[in-house]
Amino acid sequence: MDALTVHRLHFAFTVTFHYLFPQLTMGLALLIVVLKTMALRTGDEHYHRAARFWAKIFAINFAVGVVTGIPMEFQFGTNWARFSKAAGGVIGQTLAMEGVFSFFMESSFLGLFLWGEKRLSPRAHWVSAFLVFAGSWLSGFFIVATDAWMQHPTGYLLAPDGRILLESLWGLLLNPWLFWQYLHNMIAAVVTASFVMASVGAFYLLSRIHEPFGRTFVRTGVIAGTICSLLMLFPTGDQQGKNIAFQQPVTLAAMEGLFQTVNGAPLAIIGQPDMDQRRLDNPLTVPRALSFLTYRRWEAEVKGLDAFPPDTWPDNIPLLYYSYHIMVGLGTIFIAVMVLAAIQLARGAIYTSRPILWTLMLALPFPYIATTAGWITAEVGRQPWLIYGILRTAEGTSARVASGSALFTLIGFMGIYTVLGILFLFLVHREIDHGPEEA
Amino acid sequence: MPTIWFCVVAVMVAVYVVLDGFDLGAGILHPFLAKTDAERRAVLASIGPVWDGNEVWLLAGGGTLYFAFPALYAAGFSGFYLPLMMVLWLLILRGISIEFRNHIDSPVWQPLWDAVFCGASALLAIFFGAALGNVVRGVPLDASGYFFLPLWTDFSTGRNAGILDWYTVLVAVAAFLALAEHGALWIAYKTQGELERRARRAAANLWWGVLVLVVLITLASFSIQPHLKESFGLRPWGYVFPLVAVLGLSMMKLFSGLRGFLGSSVFLTGMLTSVVFGVYPLVLPSNGDPALSLTIDNAAAAPYGLSVGLIWFIPGIALAASYFIYTYRSFAGKVGPQ
Repeated sequence: MDALTVHRLHFAFTVTFHYLFPQLTMGLALLIVVLKTMALRTGDEHYHRAARFWAKIFAINFAVGVVTGIPMEFQFGTNWARFSKAAGGVIGQTLAMEGVFSFFMESSFLGLFLWGEKRLSPRAHWVSAFLVFAGSWLSGFFIVATDAWMQHPTGYLLAPDGRILLESLWGLLLNPWLFWQYLHNMIAAVVTASFVMASVGAFYLLSRIHEPFGRTFVRTGVIAGTICSLLMLFPTGDQQGKNIAFQQPVTLAAMEGLFQTVNGAPLAIIGQPDMDQRRLDNPLTVPRALSFLTYRRWEAEVKGLDAFPPDTWPDNIPLLYYSYHIMVGLGTIFIAVMVLAAIQLARGAIYTSRPILWTLMLALPFPYIATTAGWITAEVGRQPWLIYGILRTAEGTSARVASGSALFTLIGFMGIYTVLGILFLFLVHREIDHGPEEA
Repeated sequence: MPTIWFCVVAVMVAVYVVLDGFDLGAGILHPFLAKTDAERRAVLASIGPVWDGNEVWLLAGGGTLYFAFPALYAAGFSGFYLPLMMVLWLLILRGISIEFRNHIDSPVWQPLWDAVFCGASALLAIFFGAALGNVVRGVPLDASGYFFLPLWTDFSTGRNAGILDWYTVLVAVAAFLALAEHGALWIAYKTQGELERRARRAAANLWWGVLVLVVLITLASFSIQPHLKESFGLRPWGYVFPLVAVLGLSMMKLFSGLRGFLGSSVFLTGMLTSVVFGVYPLVLPSNGDPALSLTIDNAAAAPYGLSVGLIWFIPGIALAASYFIYTYRSFAGKVGPQ
């Protein structure tokens, strides 16, 4: 394997594994604040116990998220040194801000939240939960701001020596790409947490254990999940699609599997990109829908891949196409599941509706898959650029780190993360099995 | 402006070493000082609410280094590729050993994580010491501003040195002893009873080891890095930093409890600031052609970024400091029986 491939796999593997954890904790932090608020308002010990139970799940996820997150920041320097040297003056700002503004807040108040319930007043304990939520969402902001700048660089100048200089901090933080990408990503985190909470609740109800908690978890998960699944499609997903259509048109063509420029472009539901014949095999399409969704006109022209030089095409079009379609397909299914569940909830029938409870319970892995697919769409879609239009991925690696060294550490990470994954599942399973009742 | 950021990064590293240093030290010593499960839980309870926040100083310091000195971040992190990756693995193992240990009460589960916690903490102290040694000795930077170091060669400090040579190993041992001492003083300060007495005894014994190593690395550093002598000769006021270290070292000997622990913090700060003062204005010396060294000027980011950074950094770090004060006050005093 050449060094570029290994460095890319190295980052892809470590970031994919890492993001399984923050996507839950960022969403769950909000739901824990909801439970703590209910506890404070009703004075009902039930909600305190529910919050304490999710705090334990949160803590395990947070710990794995922290230890797998540190390698992400370090890898910018270790594996992507030329990128760091060129762009560190810009994205170093957001990464340092994440450390200073959010990590300190998050870690300090998580310590208080997890260890300090007996030492703090109920109100102060609520505040610590809220600041954990605020810290984690701020952290998400700075990371998405970093990615948004790589997708759509703003607020910078090119120096004659190849360095990219910050011209305006506001240009970096108020990147037009950032707003919708951030909301889309954070609401996805709430979708993950909602499905997880509803899934555990459904498991309790179907197992006939911890039933009062099962009802609370299903109710909270379904209400939050319904709102957020809808927000994922509109407006955030729609607007994010427009970002791509207008700023990265070649990526849009590749995502949609549109090889030829046409007026009234169809929307492919399924089909397999055939890179040799440059067409979509076995397509099932909605006529003219892509034109309408992109430009709000059925007859609008959408540029296909043929409109762009092949050296600007994303380098793995089938992967991009599939990950995008998996994300959108699952997102649509989430809306269907959550809306159905919400209707049953409104009718008061959900706690005894076995088909809905079974569906909610088994849905657990799918938001993780959808979110991962979404990030693959964003990152593979940006190729062949590391910083869109400025720096190619091939020009960003550490020139002095040989592929053998990178492969050695990639294998090391694979081993450690396998062990970590097994331990994580084992501990979370124990907590769920033990349940929210206290001895 | 680069000098200001040089000082900021140096202070953040010093804060990191003082704060994460005591939980690393506690990790190194706890299997030897804490004999019963209750005692081990007491050690963990003394660091449980704060270790993660302490480690954030490493991340925040790294982020600050990244944006203020991108060329240093790029060169240093890719050049020390293998040991840095191992540091990451150790940080992973250490973090989960603290968090996972108390989830299950079992004579198999807990000793396993105690051993992982101890081993990872010890190796981290050694790696950090070796890293510091490398920065003082210098690395083989090439004309493009990068280098790549093998883990070891023949253990000599010449142009052909590896990451481990006799000098960096010596610094690693010194770091290991100093952090173990720091941890012993923390445990003595935060716990009570038999555990506190054992921690005090360990701190008193380790002190002599620290003293010997400090003398050795001071002599060795001046002999292998001539730039240090230049710095102190040029700006004699810098002798205040080694004096701070001596003051800390004597406080550790004279006091125990909080003042002993503070003494150790002063000592670590004095040692680190002496090193960065001596290296300044270099940030990564070349061990070949001195013209290839990375300095605060050729490694710094552009002036706009550095000045705008100061605007958000000052309130940001003030907020962070206030959280720390609040957290440490909330968990002040000795930990009770577990």
